[in-house]
Amino acid sequence: MGTLTTQVGVLARRAMAKTLRQPFQLFPIVFFPIILLAVNASGLRAATRLPGFPTHSYVSFAIAVAFMQGAMFGLINTGTNLAEDIESGFFNRLALTPLRRVSLIGGLLVGVAALGALQSAVYILVGLLAGAHLEAGFGGAVVILVLGALTTLGFGALGCAAALRTGSGEAVQGLFPLFFVFIFLSSSNLPRELLRTGWFHTVATWNPISYLIEAFRSLFIFGWDGTALLRGFAVAIGLMLVALLAVAGALRTRLQRT
Amino acid sequence: MSGASTRTGGGLWRVAIAIAWRSLHTYVRRPDLFVPSLIFPLVFLASFAGGLSALGSVPGFHFPAGYTAFQFVFVLCQASMFSGLFTGFSLALDFESGFARRLMLAAEDRRGIALGYALVALSRAAITLTVVTAAALITGMRITGNGVDVFGLYGLAALLVLVGYAWAAGVAFRFRSIQSGPLMQTPVFLILFLAPVYVPLGLLKGWIHGVASVNPATAFLEAGRGLISGVESHTWLAFLSAFGLIALFGIWMLGGLRSAERST
Repeated sequence: MGTLTTQVGVLARRAMAKTLRQPFQLFPIVFFPIILLAVNASGLRAATRLPGFPTHSYVSFAIAVAFMQGAMFGLINTGTNLAEDIESGFFNRLALTPLRRVSLIGGLLVGVAALGALQSAVYILVGLLAGAHLEAGFGGAVVILVLGALTTLGFGALGCAAALRTGSGEAVQGLFPLFFVFIFLSSSNLPRELLRTGWFHTVATWNPISYLIEAFRSLFIFGWDGTALLRGFAVAIGLMLVALLAVAGALRTRLQRT
Repeated sequence: MSGASTRTGGGLWRVAIAIAWRSLHTYVRRPDLFVPSLIFPLVFLASFAGGLSALGSVPGFHFPAGYTAFQFVFVLCQASMFSGLFTGFSLALDFESGFARRLMLAAEDRRGIALGYALVALSRAAITLTVVTAAALITGMRITGNGVDVFGLYGLAALLVLVGYAWAAGVAFRFRSIQSGPLMQTPVFLILFLAPVYVPLGLLKGWIHGVASVNPATAFLEAGRGLISGVESHTWLAFLSAFGLIALFGIWMLGGLRSAERST
């Protein structure tokens, strides 16, 4: 394990295998967003009859939410896995090896980003099978994979920061409802222009999750919408930077204790 | 202890009231238990009644009390059933900590344990439903049904608390671990969301219409919406379904209690 890339690669493979080998972690990532998509796409199909609704296919509209839910599960799984390593003492033993500090978390986050791209590919496939139309075509699918990886990386890093700060899997799990509220209070179910309740429209407009959802959604419904994509990538990159800063601070504190 | 002479009504209620008092005391003193049970229904109310209000103007959607009242009934049903489920979580946690096992050894009448947690579920629901109702009224919900209708609505909600509790308690008594939590909530979550949550049954199309048509949660929602708006719909069916489910899950719960007794 001489070079940084080798160290990161080994830890990234371990992070991916840890999630992929555990059905309890894989089930929520794959099935929960798909079940919710099935239920919402059928239950809310009537919304497409509202004047100003941008598409006749609610599946094409709602599939964007699956990418966000997947990213949120990335936060929980990554944070819980790291917290388990801390609780079991594995993280401390790893910190005492000649591994570079950046590899300790870098490997985990590269694994998370790869999982983010993988789960995004699954959602695209399921969406297309369920009747969604990807207006932006193959290029759009590639952009979705990149945005999916970035978003999952950002949320995964937040999970790491929480795990490093608390060292408790239970505390990380407790974050899930908090982040899920952000999805509910966004433009997840209707376009912002059709959110008629004043305060809800304001909250959804200030909620960064709305812009991530709208970026994914634009590729399915409108094709190439530069504004939506710019805002979505700005939120994803901003989230990633903030989360990485939080990780760096939490890692420094954690290693001082080791 | 197990003699028939000790299985008196007095013993049953003494155990039940002691458990209910202890659990409620814990509940109100611990924000980690108290807050999520309030936050979830409030978020659902805000998200559905606020975020989806435009659905009230979908062609074919007619609900006299307005979209907030339409969604309030869903939130009321969800909060009621989840109050029962959260009490099942508490029971499972008490088994994990060893408290419930000690209780099984000490109780005059073990059915009092099941009854005690049922009282906890109803009390928790009373707190949650008061807060949710206040939030809905503050945000402008209209009730066009009369006093008797509203009484019927909250009566139905109380029955749903017992439905959720009896199911979750049956699971908790059998598995005696909080790891059975997903088994408690996933079926209830699915049944609730496979009903006409966002629009009336008549506006649902495709497979979900077929599923919702035979889903008992549809009867609860339609009856509740009928009661809040004063235009009754499937009220008797909803009450009969609720009593039927309480009887069914009551047997399931008592079977679980016997399973827990054997393992103690």
